[in-house]
Amino acid sequence: MYIFKLAFRNILGAGLRTWLNVVALSFSFVAIIFLQGIYTGMNDQVEQATIDAFYGGGQFWEKSYDPYDPLTLDDAHAPLPASLEDLVKSGQAAPLLIRPAAIYPEGRFRTILLKGIAPQQNVLSIPSSLLKDGEGLIPALIGTRMAKSTGLHKGDELTIQWRDAHGTFDARTVVIADIVRTSVQEIDNGQVWIPLDQLQSLSAMPGHATMVVLKRNTQPPAMLQGWEFRSLDYLLQDLHAVVRSKRIGGSILYLVLLFLAMLAIFDTQVLSIFRRKKEMGTLMALGMTRWSIIELFTLEGGLHGILAACVAALYGIPLLGYIARTGWELPGAADTVGFAIGEKLFPTYSAGLIVGTTVLVLLVTTIVSFLPTRKIAQLKPTDALRGKMS
Amino acid sequence: MAPRTHSTTPETKNSTLIRTENLDKIYPLGLNTLKALNHVNLSISKGEFLGLVGPSGSGKTTLLNIIGSLDSPTSGSAEVLGRKIESLSHNDAARLRNKHIGFIFQTYNLLPVYTVFENVEFPLLLLGIDSSLRKIRVMDALEWVGLADRADSKPAQLSGGQSQRVAIARAIVKRPELVLADEPTANLDAENSHHIMKTMQQLNKDLATTFVFATHDEKVIGYVRRKISLVDGRIEKDEKQPRR
Ligand SMILES: Nc1ncnc2c1ncn2[C@@H]1O[C@H](COP(=O)(O)OP(=O)(O)OP(=O)(O)O)[C@@H](O)[C@H]1O
Ligand SMILES: [Mg+2]
Repeated sequence: MYIFKLAFRNILGAGLRTWLNVVALSFSFVAIIFLQGIYTGMNDQVEQATIDAFYGGGQFWEKSYDPYDPLTLDDAHAPLPASLEDLVKSGQAAPLLIRPAAIYPEGRFRTILLKGIAPQQNVLSIPSSLLKDGEGLIPALIGTRMAKSTGLHKGDELTIQWRDAHGTFDARTVVIADIVRTSVQEIDNGQVWIPLDQLQSLSAMPGHATMVVLKRNTQPPAMLQGWEFRSLDYLLQDLHAVVRSKRIGGSILYLVLLFLAMLAIFDTQVLSIFRRKKEMGTLMALGMTRWSIIELFTLEGGLHGILAACVAALYGIPLLGYIARTGWELPGAADTVGFAIGEKLFPTYSAGLIVGTTVLVLLVTTIVSFLPTRKIAQLKPTDALRGKMS
Repeated sequence: MAPRTHSTTPETKNSTLIRTENLDKIYPLGLNTLKALNHVNLSISKGEFLGLVGPSGSGKTTLLNIIGSLDSPTSGSAEVLGRKIESLSHNDAARLRNKHIGFIFQTYNLLPVYTVFENVEFPLLLLGIDSSLRKIRVMDALEWVGLADRADSKPAQLSGGQSQRVAIARAIVKRPELVLADEPTANLDAENSHHIMKTMQQLNKDLATTFVFATHDEKVIGYVRRKISLVDGRIEKDEKQPRR
């Protein structure tokens, strides 16, 4: 116990140097928690937005539909079974028809997915009500990414070409009714949204749909002939896999931050063991064993971590709390992160994240503090007293 | 470990505290070796006030370090307070120093971040003595050296003489049987040298603590009651001196 007291006296006695280390370490503390919080918050937000905009409470897929195989799209359409039709009528579900098509923005050929959605639906957050008839032209919605990659603006006209149910090529001009600011790639990239009934009639597929999206928390009807139910969990699998793979990238940043902080501690520790030879000799002459001295120096290093946790709490809790309340703006960073994000990011700090980071930082600080002290184990008292390296 | 009494009774006054037999210390020196101590045979009794003198390089520090269990002999034997230095483990040696031996160094070796009080308290912390008793003992020790009023100062705020007196207080606060002092006056002026020698002389008288000095300072030599002269690692003379 006395060693704890001595260690405390020593590092407080070291003054400025201690506080520089403590402050540096506390920055890492706060930065790690902040970044992980941002990261978790971002994933939560993307997940929520994707659910709201596209996944809903799960989807029924026409049996031949396979999102990874565009060739299946030709046949992936069928009239709604009665039970789904009922859900749609009661506003509990929204049918979507998906057709392959081509556009020629700026004269270049590009394949797209033409998606039909009922303008009056309120199952998904897509602002389908913007699909109002405009002067005889079919109104269309596209996302911000799609607008960027095609150079299209609100009010632009666009020719879309597709094949109808009989395999006949047909073309129509649509007008971009609006550009949807969205964070969800699933409703944006390579897609053009038009009113469902128009797509059905143009394709000669009246009453057909490729999928039916249930409203959140709607009980799915039992097995339906020719339709496959994909639960929300199933739909989120891909997103979770992406999050997992990105998490490795996130951890690298985490480790780099930790490493930089540890470098400061390690450096202090090596320096103090080098400079405080004579002090160690004195401690030995006063009757401390080498192991007690190792303990003392390790504890001194480790206490930096504890002080840093306290200092980090001092400014970190108000700071991170403030950001969690008001959100964090990430201008333009969306695409570099690979996720599209909403206007503002709200970090999520879990207790596990905070406790885990604290334990990790304390553990690593202690280990890093211990490593250079092993030299002391070979130190001869007489050499130490003369301030000599051994 | 046999319990030892800290006070010295008349019967034990002449009992042997330190005994060396054919003590050799050989250092490697390039391809050769250097004999820093050469067959040193020495016996020191409780309560002595003794000086190891001799020219630079004669082996004073080496002998003092071995007696203090900071170093071990190459051959021969050194028995201190009934323990054979050559066969002590590192931890046993630390315990011996902790409980029974006080050190005073030429450069004081105070811990700079601690106050005077905390420096003197240090050996008692190691011994696990509780705080109220520690306070009494530390203040006692500071009284002995005349620095009770500087308890809250930091070493950097003290003069050399004051620093060395703090070091003396630290060495004697645990009432050790033996205090070893290597050139305690080398960094002090004459007045301060006399002052600290008088302090130690008084402690020797009052507490019957045995003092062994390594020095070539004539002022120190004037105080010691037994003078052992070393030359090239050998004892050349062993003289008693009258008390001053
Ligand atoms: N660690 C060491 N390695 C090699 N040689 C050493 C070592 N320590 C001391 N010596 C040598 O042993 C001899 C005795 O040294 P010691 O320090 O005991 O002398 P001293 O009498 O204390 O001298 P001084 O009055 O200068 O302090 C010297 O020749 C010294 O160079
Ligand atoms: Mg010497």
